[in-house]
Amino acid sequence: MTESVKKRQSGIRPVTETSLKGRKAPRKEAHEKAFFGMIWAVAGLTLAVLFLILGFILVKGVPHITWTFLSKEPEALGAEGGIFSVIVGTLAVTVLAVLISTPIGVAGAVYFSEYSKGGRIIKIIRFFTEVLAGIPSIIFGLFGFAFFVVYMQMGWSVIAGALTLTLMILPTIVRTTEEALKTVPMSYREGSLSLGATKWYTIKKVVLPCCKGGILTGVILGVGRAIGETAALMLTIGGSLNIPTSLFSSTRTIALHLYMLASEGISDDKTYACAALLIMIVLLINTAANRIGRNISK
Amino acid sequence: MYTREKVIEKLIFICAAVSVAAVALITIFIFAQGMPAIQRTGLLKFIFGTDWSPTNGSYGILPLIAGSMAVTIGALIIGIPTGLGCAVFLSEVLDKKQAGFFRSAIELLAGIPSVVYGFFGLAVIVPMIRAVANVFSPDAGATGLSVLAGAIILAIMILPTIVSISVNSIDAVPVTYREASYALGADRRETITKVVLPAARSGIFSSIVLGMGRAIGETMAVLLITGNVAVVPHGIFSPAATMTGTIAMEMSYATAEHQQALFAIGIVLFVIIVILNGAAQAVMKKFGGEAA
Repeated sequence: MTESVKKRQSGIRPVTETSLKGRKAPRKEAHEKAFFGMIWAVAGLTLAVLFLILGFILVKGVPHITWTFLSKEPEALGAEGGIFSVIVGTLAVTVLAVLISTPIGVAGAVYFSEYSKGGRIIKIIRFFTEVLAGIPSIIFGLFGFAFFVVYMQMGWSVIAGALTLTLMILPTIVRTTEEALKTVPMSYREGSLSLGATKWYTIKKVVLPCCKGGILTGVILGVGRAIGETAALMLTIGGSLNIPTSLFSSTRTIALHLYMLASEGISDDKTYACAALLIMIVLLINTAANRIGRNISK
Repeated sequence: MYTREKVIEKLIFICAAVSVAAVALITIFIFAQGMPAIQRTGLLKFIFGTDWSPTNGSYGILPLIAGSMAVTIGALIIGIPTGLGCAVFLSEVLDKKQAGFFRSAIELLAGIPSVVYGFFGLAVIVPMIRAVANVFSPDAGATGLSVLAGAIILAIMILPTIVSISVNSIDAVPVTYREASYALGADRRETITKVVLPAARSGIFSSIVLGMGRAIGETMAVLLITGNVAVVPHGIFSPAATMTGTIAMEMSYATAEHQQALFAIGIVLFVIIVILNGAAQAVMKKFGGEAA
């Protein structure tokens, strides 16, 4: 609604047949009050739930995130010691997944926005990209287990988990990159092409540099999804608590470690610490993505 | 130079087609692994069988479907009014700057990992439900791990999906509709409930269907808080097992035949999700407006 209409509405009570008769108007006003009261209540409740979740986990967990917790290796299934090997595992799986999916995703988006001339094939590809984005993570887990772990004989490993995650974050990167590509003015491309640059050279030197921020946002969101992912990794990375020594070693991520601790009731302190660590990472990622997003729109 | 350009275009096309290959491979592998189990048990017996006890070689997934449905419907009952309320709040009540803040709060809700939701549910919601359930029926010995716990946490998790897509379609309703409504003497409540929301119904419907898909597919949160008991739940305080939770939990120790049955659950889940997402997309396309 435009601001002007809103202002006009709030000041003047509309003259209706009922309000002219005088009696029914107050009841109508009460309805309006009740309606907006409910809306405020629902919105307030939502905010309250968000702050309750964040507050509860941070207050309970942050005091247990100590240097020992971050730098020591876990002992007694995680009940003692820290989560150093789990952090290494998380980094390995996440970085690998992002490294593989970023070039593929960016190239895919470039095809959609720069090369495709519409038509059937592009519709099919787009449809499949949407389907991929909607597949639940446990299905990715089943697939990763059947294909990467068993069929490709990678075993429960860093690489099997990373490749599964690659497919999961691909749609995110394609989508954000495509949005960013749309914001590059057509005149930039025309300018470059008229100077004699080829299409690919134009994309590489003019179009892509213009949407660095958008691509980065996609990558950051992908990292966020990868770090929080649990179900798919449960079936593909094995869950070993040792520091991974190669792409084929079994490992464990913070999110998976959190699940193991919570479901087995191994240690309350460590569980809260893991949850708080994940929340802090999510907060960091959201802030970074928002800040970059704002800089682009400026 | 020309051939180089052509080669690059082909390479980029291959990258774009990766998602097609991925979906194809996922479909092939899930079906190849799961079909033998369905064939062995028979499709109807597999879906409508009420006994899920893999150790006895009995694979009927009705309790799991019922569990998934129960938590999903519960989540929708809580999530739809809340989500629509938040969407109306965002686009009709707040000004632009306030809306920006509220929007990022909702985005934050979407960013919290599902395992953290599950843990929060286990630490806060489950004990609360245990206390309430024990007031109602002290002898039942309720643990609090229940359909209700799953429904509450899932409602929070699908809220961002419902809100963001609904807001987009509410914002897309032309100002002239509202002006016409005001000109006829309707107040803001009447304009919202009788003009704006009906005009935005296709987007709202899609948001609900996508939220439903998200709730059915969610794994870690329900795994931690629904109790994972494979019987058809008989009330909101009784425990349940969902399709996703069962796959995640039993995969680690399943033997060959059992494993195939879990993949077969994956097939059922996959089909449900593809149908739901397809429906949401079709509605969006039919009535115009942006897809999610």
